[in-house]
Amino acid sequence: MIINKREIAGLLENLAKEYRVYAPVEKDGNVLLEVIEEGAEAALGAATKKPAKEILFPQSEELFSYQLSDEGLRMEDKIDKTKTVAFGIRPCDAKSMILLDNVFHNDQYEDVYYTTRRKNTIIVSLGCSEPESTCFCTSVGGGPFNTDGSDVLLIDLGEKYLAEAVTDQGKEFLSKLNLPEAGEEEKAEAEGIKKQAQATSEVDITGLKEKLDGMFEHPYWDRLHEKCLGCAACTYLCPTCHCFDIADEAKDKNGCRVRNWDSCMFPLFTLHGSGHNPRPSGKERWRQRLMHKFKYFVERYNATACVGCGRCIKNCPVNLDIRQVLAEIKAQDTGSEVS
Amino acid sequence: MNNNNPYVPIPMRLVKNFTETEDKLIHTFTLEFVNKEDEEKFKYLPGQFAEVMVYGKGEAPFGIASAPNEPGILKFSVAKVGVVSTALHLLEEGSIVGVRGPLGNWYPLEDLKGKDIVIIGGGFAFTTLRSTIQYLLDPARRGDYGELTVIYGARNPGLLLYKDEIKEWEKRDDINMITTIDRPVEGWEGRTGFVPAVTKEVAPSAENSACIICGPPVMIKFTQPVLEELGFTPEQIIMSLEMRMKCGLGMCGRCNIGSKFVCKDGPVFTLAELKKLPNEY
Repeated sequence: MIINKREIAGLLENLAKEYRVYAPVEKDGNVLLEVIEEGAEAALGAATKKPAKEILFPQSEELFSYQLSDEGLRMEDKIDKTKTVAFGIRPCDAKSMILLDNVFHNDQYEDVYYTTRRKNTIIVSLGCSEPESTCFCTSVGGGPFNTDGSDVLLIDLGEKYLAEAVTDQGKEFLSKLNLPEAGEEEKAEAEGIKKQAQATSEVDITGLKEKLDGMFEHPYWDRLHEKCLGCAACTYLCPTCHCFDIADEAKDKNGCRVRNWDSCMFPLFTLHGSGHNPRPSGKERWRQRLMHKFKYFVERYNATACVGCGRCIKNCPVNLDIRQVLAEIKAQDTGSEVS
Repeated sequence: MNNNNPYVPIPMRLVKNFTETEDKLIHTFTLEFVNKEDEEKFKYLPGQFAEVMVYGKGEAPFGIASAPNEPGILKFSVAKVGVVSTALHLLEEGSIVGVRGPLGNWYPLEDLKGKDIVIIGGGFAFTTLRSTIQYLLDPARRGDYGELTVIYGARNPGLLLYKDEIKEWEKRDDINMITTIDRPVEGWEGRTGFVPAVTKEVAPSAENSACIICGPPVMIKFTQPVLEELGFTPEQIIMSLEMRMKCGLGMCGRCNIGSKFVCKDGPVFTLAELKKLPNEY
């Protein structure tokens, strides 16, 4: 299918009649994922400041509200069933949703807030013709045109997009849009673009998990965290980080329970009521962040919890670069491995 | 409301807010199910925990101190430490609280049938141990197990939990109940001495036996070598861990030790299992 770029605004406006449509929008100098309303102009092609996980797992959300009265207690949960389209997100962000699925629907429990949104959301991702200098998706099993997690993949052909259905849901979605079929020439052009595409930077993570297996007590962690400010931008802006806090907000007899993004980079995150803290300093917290992404997540869900989007690199106030850290880890002598 | 939403608590009524210790810092809360169907769904085993919610204040995880053979109620013994526990302590009897659970795994009592059971506890970490004792002493179950030895220590007599029940257990011949306090106190006729030393004196046999141990880190640290000396292998030593928790469902990310979540894969681990995990708890 072909979508002419000139027709994008009209298309999104039409979609917005049936769906809640999220698309990248320029706002106050940032590109953010926003709900498209009449007249809003999508900034397709740009990477969003925040990852697309916020569509399924908002930075702050109300889980349920409650009301205490003489008759007892009334509760109402706030499960969001709105039909949604995420239009023009990056393939790395789409891929992250597959990783998050493991967490929010594990072998025992289902997070109905996440899974309900997930079931009702169509992911239309836009392949990256020009990856940024901080991108390293190809090193972590992704790619600028990777289709993992997408229902539809758009490929930029200059004046137009070629839209490819990835899933049956995507096929059905595209068929409703009455778009012209792509010609052979356009298809060939898209294939050519896909073949050429590669992230701009690389880091070799083969054998990294095995390396980390023997590194819990390694002195490498002693210094790594020294320049880290503990601001947690890396985790908030990470498409695969999923840690959250739960808190109650109440006034008189009315209250609600909210969940907010949280971060393993904060000391309070693991502080016990007794005052004991199993991760008392930046050393343990950095080790946790790295180990979680490249070892624990692999052990638990058989996947690396990094999609190479580069947001943690781009937004770190002290220029800590995870690519460099991974390369350094690989170069450490753990004294136990057989080469 | 979605009935399968694991974040939503069930309502329970606080029927007893009992000051358990002399220092008044630990209260035992007896909660009654408000809805019959909630009680039917709340199937638990000793060692599991639940999130207890005070409306408007939030929720916090506590080990369940009651046992499955005490129908109609749940009990929690809670130290006054933070926002939720303080609010609980101040709650009037008759109030409604929320409970979410049961969460976590349990002591593997099913696998321990036919064995002697040694229970070692210290301080106020005796809650799920009480549940275990209550469960094992059930006349329908007691015959499935061999000798039951309990060693329980506190700093002084006033800090022992469940004093009345302990007195009853001391009179029975199907449980060897040993209580100890750190130093002699006037009026105390029981043993004195720290738990590790008392364990050495009592010297329960490791043969065809398992030991469930819960207590402050320092007690565990010094009791472990005693147990090893007595011949207990790491597979025979069963422990319960505590961590800061929020969801209790293995999602919120803060209670992990390596790739294991204390909330979901624990809180009960054998020492053998713990030895395979990083030392970060």
